[in-house]
Amino acid sequence: MPSPAESVVEPDLIERVKAGESELFYLLIEPYQRAVYAVAFSVLGNEADAEDVAQESFLKAYAKLNQFRAECKFSTWLIQIAVNEARMRRRKERKALYESIDEGYVDDAGDYSPRDFADWREIPSEALAEKQLKDALSRAIASLKPIYREVFILRDVQGLNIRETADALGLNEPLVRTRLLRARLQMRDALAPGYDGTWFAGSPTYRKVRPF
Amino acid sequence: MPIIEISCVEVWREISNYVDGDIDPVLRERIAEHLKACEHCSAVVDGTRNVVRLMGDGRSFDLPSGFSERLRKRLAEKKLS
Repeated sequence: MPSPAESVVEPDLIERVKAGESELFYLLIEPYQRAVYAVAFSVLGNEADAEDVAQESFLKAYAKLNQFRAECKFSTWLIQIAVNEARMRRRKERKALYESIDEGYVDDAGDYSPRDFADWREIPSEALAEKQLKDALSRAIASLKPIYREVFILRDVQGLNIRETADALGLNEPLVRTRLLRARLQMRDALAPGYDGTWFAGSPTYRKVRPF
Repeated sequence: MPIIEISCVEVWREISNYVDGDIDPVLRERIAEHLKACEHCSAVVDGTRNVVRLMGDGRSFDLPSGFSERLRKRLAEKKLS
């Protein structure tokens, strides 16, 4: 049987789901699984919670689909639901853990100075096929404070622009820019020592990337 | 017109906007001039660009394995799939 999605465009799909063809809902949200998961992960910082919240977000989206208006992009609407769901989960967990309310959720004052001046311009995109690089990226992302991770993932993983990132997170644009800068510089610092162990001090590669 | 010099700290403050090309042309020119002479800042700019390029590649951030199957199953329980 041919997939209905092949012949149906998104606005029609939305109308049909609203009109009662609920079984089409998966087809509607299928393209956004990665986006919704990434957003949940950006807020929560661990896979298990992020997956659970992503699933909840889709169920929430279905429950609220009648409120969706076409002036807004469907993807933006979904992302906002995911941000809200993830933040609610985060608040709940912080309460349960008696964590300091502020830890990880306040901006660091002052300028961020790069720690490492290694020049690692040679990491090619093909290296993304390697588990080592992906693991290094995951570790680096996980090491960011949540407020920086949220902005970084929406902007640099999801490719939202500054305005869209600000809207999705309920922040102003200057704050998004400041947090994005810090996130990117911290990511660079985290990855600068190399990701595959070949850049140990003294190796020719190391001297090549750290000419100073 | 001579380009007014800019410090490393000022460059770092603008790196993110600079790599996005989202910056005032005069400031961009001053930074470009600084980068010609400063290896440290050039390395930071290159590295930041690298981060942005790698993260923007669809392969950098995977769904956990089995994610779609589990989602589909959960939606099917509510007859949404």
